[in-house]
Amino acid sequence: MKTYHADERGYYGEFGGAFIPEMLYPNCEELRQNYLRIMVDPSFQEEFHQLLKDYVGRPTPLYFAERLSEKYGTKIYLKREDLCHTGAHKVNNTIGQILMAKKLGKNRIIAETGAGQHGVATATVCALVGIECVVYMGEIDIARQAPNVARMKMLGAEVRPALSGSKTLKDATNEAIRDWINNPVDTHYIIGSVVGPHPYPDMVARFQSVISEEIKWQLKEKEGRENPDYVVACVGGGSNAAGAYFHYLDNPDVGIIAVEAAGRGIDSGESAATSALGKVGIIHGSKTLLMQTDDGQITEPYSISAGLDYPGVGPMHAHLFKSGRGEFISITDDEAMTAGLEVSQLEGIIPAIETSHAFAIFDYKKFKPDNIVVINLSGRGDKDLQTYIDYFKL
Amino acid sequence: MKENRIKQKLQESKKLLSIYFTAGYPNLNDTVGIIQDLEKNGVDMIEIGLPFSDPLADGPTIQDSSTQALKNGMHTELLFEQLKDIRNTVSIPLILMGYFNPMLQYGVEDFCKKCFEIGIDGIIMPDLPLDVYQEEYQAIFEEYGLINVFLITPQTSEKRIRAIDDASDGFIYMVSSASTTGAKKGFGEEQKAYFERISNMGLKNQQIVGFGISNASTFQQATENTKGAIIGSAFIKHLTAKGVGSISDFVGQIR
Repeated sequence: MKTYHADERGYYGEFGGAFIPEMLYPNCEELRQNYLRIMVDPSFQEEFHQLLKDYVGRPTPLYFAERLSEKYGTKIYLKREDLCHTGAHKVNNTIGQILMAKKLGKNRIIAETGAGQHGVATATVCALVGIECVVYMGEIDIARQAPNVARMKMLGAEVRPALSGSKTLKDATNEAIRDWINNPVDTHYIIGSVVGPHPYPDMVARFQSVISEEIKWQLKEKEGRENPDYVVACVGGGSNAAGAYFHYLDNPDVGIIAVEAAGRGIDSGESAATSALGKVGIIHGSKTLLMQTDDGQITEPYSISAGLDYPGVGPMHAHLFKSGRGEFISITDDEAMTAGLEVSQLEGIIPAIETSHAFAIFDYKKFKPDNIVVINLSGRGDKDLQTYIDYFKL
Repeated sequence: MKENRIKQKLQESKKLLSIYFTAGYPNLNDTVGIIQDLEKNGVDMIEIGLPFSDPLADGPTIQDSSTQALKNGMHTELLFEQLKDIRNTVSIPLILMGYFNPMLQYGVEDFCKKCFEIGIDGIIMPDLPLDVYQEEYQAIFEEYGLINVFLITPQTSEKRIRAIDDASDGFIYMVSSASTTGAKKGFGEEQKAYFERISNMGLKNQQIVGFGISNASTFQQATENTKGAIIGSAFIKHLTAKGVGSISDFVGQIR
């Protein structure tokens, strides 16, 4: 059967794999040999699901958005990942990985962060289990995401500035990888998205797959069927999308819609729409689509949303795009901001700007009245208030 | 076909001194002059670094030199252009070292063909993994007479070292410790034990040590059990501080 999941070497079609220097080989190999065994272990599953329930607040509701549905003439459900502890889906993965790190006997955690959401989710779980935590963050992002830097510090994490390159997310990721090269034995690297070398994309997707696992039974309860007609999610690296698609990937009855950040427009030179602008290459140990020069130097993306401005995309999504399984739509800053305001006023939910991109697809994609469309509401907008204030002069 | 220059060099009885530098640094057109000067001063082999925007395995010194080289305008085609007549003046082995993405964008076969035409003897691409190399690219490398050099580290398992030894046809690049590039002070007991352990494995390929070698004393320690050593960051620091006119000072203090 044709599958859109990773094969055992971590490939999604031609994308994925582990293009890593030998210094990282033992680290990734240890994880590769153990992650599936640990994840299916009943005691691991029990602890993981207990924490998701009692600590994260799962299951998150599947909410029928009545006024939004009325406006766009279709049945829209929102998967409320914004109600997770720490404010976004990110914590599903960090809970899983911190338990994984414990099973592997690691006593130090490193992570990268862009806007700070994954950094906060990592610092949170490290505080929860009492493990040392170092978060790498671009110097520029530290300056523009002060509240999240403060949250991480309050949670006991050390925030180290990434001073190399463009001093943003991709450089923070480089620094975290360099740290891992220098600390190969005692340290686990908690990657925040479905990116990086095998087995990370598959492991992170599996931890996030709880999202679509819940959608299936929740939709069954509400509509009498497990399968929506479409699942919609925003894609930067692509972890919330991977989780929302996961149990529908191989089901052709369910349409997959991925929403990327066009920034100031696809052709503006200031964009993060990797499927439109990227070419096949290697970034952070993974073969995928990425934004780069003709000469193979990785370029700096732009989006108003810090969580979407990654120059690559997870290999699962590169494959969904290339194979045509997924429909990719890119949304500009202005379109996203307008949609975010609309959802706030129609539904009383202020979404993260990343998620706002997913709400802006209705001008590009028409749905039938009896279609069921599930939008993954990946995060809440508290962290983005300053950006909303500046944009709308609130 | 003439035997590869790396293999010839490895047959010499002395310990080999190899130097890495970043092409296009400190100035865009320094490449050829640096290579010529290094040979003139008795260096045995050179790794020419093709700069990359995101050098994962490198510490701050090589990162900074790469950033500067790219700012100066270095790119793959230009490097090939600068090197096109290098074999008229230089006879020691030359190795291109870089990250796989720029090579992939250039086209692996075109890249290898260009290297062959110029007279490059080997390639070091730390993020091109062994299995992918063997399945997809080995035949191309071999067609153009290029030796692909693999790395091992203190964490590399014995089984994998054997596999890398089998796949190698030249030398093994032995990373001295679990670290990114960048000189530190001296080697401890741990490195000594590692050098001896590898030396006692009876590998078919000789080893050359890299990472952490910066002066005569670390060079001597690194080459006690191995065929030679590679200096990168310390040389780049020297270029930054003293300029390209002072290469003989640097090489002279190593041995």
